[in-house]
Amino acid sequence: MSKRVSLFVTCLVDQLFPKAGLAMADVLERAGYEVEFLEDQTCCGQPAFNSGYWGEARQVANHFLEVFEHTSGPIVVASGSCTSMISHHYGDIYRDDPAVLERVHRLESRVFEFSRFLLDVAGADEFGARFEHTVTYHDSCHALRELGVKHGPRRLLSKVRGLTLKEMDAAEECCGFGGTFSVKFDEVSGGMARTKIDSILRTGADYVCSIDSSCLMQLQGALLRGGHSVRTIHLAEVLASR
Amino acid sequence: MSILPAGEIRKTLLDDRLQTAIYGSTGRLVGKRRESIDDPVAAEFEAWRTHANAIKRHTIENLDYYLEELERNIVKRGGKVVWCKDAEEAAEFVRRLCREKGVRRIVKSKSMTTEEVELNHEVEKDNIDVVETDLGEYILQLAKEKPYHIVAPALHKTRYDVADIFTKTLGVERETVIEKQTMIARRVLREKFLTADLGITGANFLVAGSGAVVVVENEGNARLSSSAPRIQIAFAGMEKLIPRAQDLAVFLKILGRSATGQPLTVYTSFLSGPRRPGEIDGPEEFYLVLLDNGRTKVLQDPAKRQALYCIRCGACLNHCPVYRKIGGHNYPWVYSGPIGAILSPQFHGVTRDPWLPHASSLCGACGEVCPVKIEIPKILLELRRDIAEAKEREGEDRVQQLAFKAWAFVMTHPKLWSLALTGAPYTMPEAENGWIRSVPGFMKIGPLAGWLSQRDLPAPAPKSFRRLWKERQEGRQ
Repeated sequence: MSKRVSLFVTCLVDQLFPKAGLAMADVLERAGYEVEFLEDQTCCGQPAFNSGYWGEARQVANHFLEVFEHTSGPIVVASGSCTSMISHHYGDIYRDDPAVLERVHRLESRVFEFSRFLLDVAGADEFGARFEHTVTYHDSCHALRELGVKHGPRRLLSKVRGLTLKEMDAAEECCGFGGTFSVKFDEVSGGMARTKIDSILRTGADYVCSIDSSCLMQLQGALLRGGHSVRTIHLAEVLASR
Repeated sequence: MSILPAGEIRKTLLDDRLQTAIYGSTGRLVGKRRESIDDPVAAEFEAWRTHANAIKRHTIENLDYYLEELERNIVKRGGKVVWCKDAEEAAEFVRRLCREKGVRRIVKSKSMTTEEVELNHEVEKDNIDVVETDLGEYILQLAKEKPYHIVAPALHKTRYDVADIFTKTLGVERETVIEKQTMIARRVLREKFLTADLGITGANFLVAGSGAVVVVENEGNARLSSSAPRIQIAFAGMEKLIPRAQDLAVFLKILGRSATGQPLTVYTSFLSGPRRPGEIDGPEEFYLVLLDNGRTKVLQDPAKRQALYCIRCGACLNHCPVYRKIGGHNYPWVYSGPIGAILSPQFHGVTRDPWLPHASSLCGACGEVCPVKIEIPKILLELRRDIAEAKEREGEDRVQQLAFKAWAFVMTHPKLWSLALTGAPYTMPEAENGWIRSVPGFMKIGPLAGWLSQRDLPAPAPKSFRRLWKERQEGRQ
């Protein structure tokens, strides 16, 4: 195999949802790629950036740049939000540093959110997956509004055998996670999750699927707390299931 | 410094009736907007937004020029421009004018700018009868409440609430039919219009090239307020300018649609000075109050001054999942929702309400719908940085600063991060199917407590991705 991609699994997947990362690697291999994982990777820096600590965000972003500048092929990310941090907001935190900005621009053209990589770069939408469930898709905000990811994941899901895709009425509404927002404004965040869950429940789906583990963490946590049987699942895990 | 009104927010969240009213009303406005821009006639809506943004950017970048042009044209038509550097000056001007001209009664149409001045409260000090004539504003004046929403001030009131308010304050029989309630208000307000000495309106746009004050509305009360009384004052923030009358075309198309889903509001009035010789109606005197009140300070910041492009359509409120939960009264200043969250700190300094720019999940819905393309999420992030820097200078928030420093240290030392991943599972109590319902009391602090108050918590994976990856690769050899 000559085509090689490098995984950026994100800190959240590394620590809490490793199955999503493994599934992503499986799907990429099925699409004919050699997959590498650089062990020095940590985080994109978004938690600090979103909290106003741009200095700390730059430290971590700089680490990301140093790690991934050693690669030459595509970098595939298991999250729309982290992809957007790199491709949109590194430009903000380094706007006064032309030298680093130059490095950011060179790297960001190689950074792809997982579903977008499959469709736009690999040119593949079918991976022999089978998933006998009714699934509703949650548009994660940063993927939707900053990356313009909307139809791609749905197209990928529609190719999965046995899967019934059911749209919810509030697909584009925020799940209420928002990083530190979820704990600083816990009651508001929880209320937003419950509103979203009402919409999920109306579809009658067994699974809610997304490309961002952070949204899924919020929704799964609130689903369990509400005593609901609906489960969350990362797109990669659906595409990897047989 | 205002602190996070957590208790008040909780009260709003727990009020089922209020929650239904907010979510329902904003949802209807969201739906109407969607419908109006899905109409083939609005196929160019995205281009209109871009166009409107360009006009606003140009105007704000050249505000000095257009302000002077506006003043020349207003004066040419016999009006007067009153420059007010803050709310106190504006209030003082109105009170003095009322004294000099013997004003006993004021009729007001909807104006958020006068809310900045708390004008009603100010003139009432002189025993002047001031009456809000926009139906929503009138309801709130009777209920002694402030506007809940930029466009729909009484959005949180159901018709049953209105019935109670009217019965209690007007002494009328309880009436729950909306049309009949409107007739009750109309009857009272007609009398006020006919006997008022001074009419006060807001201003949606100020056309520099022609000196026109443009007011849009649906009830006709702004037109009456500006034509029946002998004196008229239009209140405007000094950023409300557009260069020429033809620029209005795009703004009128986006404003109605974004606000209420109307292709055009019912009335669009062009007010340009007092009655001229030969005219049969209109005021004898015309004043335009141009309010600064912090706007020139906002203007100094090139990255964030785009907040001044706002045309007060309220779309960002209707689409904001936070506004739709906490409503309008939990925001610290007259402007609520996402636009309030970026205006208030810029007007008052970031340390006055430091929680406000953080009260957002950064979902970006506000920026997506803003008809003049203000990058609200981006400004929220800029403000969060300003807040963190200000806190550091003032020696506050030490714990959080330290936490992020420690976090950055770990995240730039992969071996430490690896170690943390290995150790994390041992720091947490037993989890059922990978999720934690509760933790021992001593751990229930800070972020962990916040998370668990609403949701179960995922337990750290027994084996991190990197460990599983290693096993996977070794298994293949």
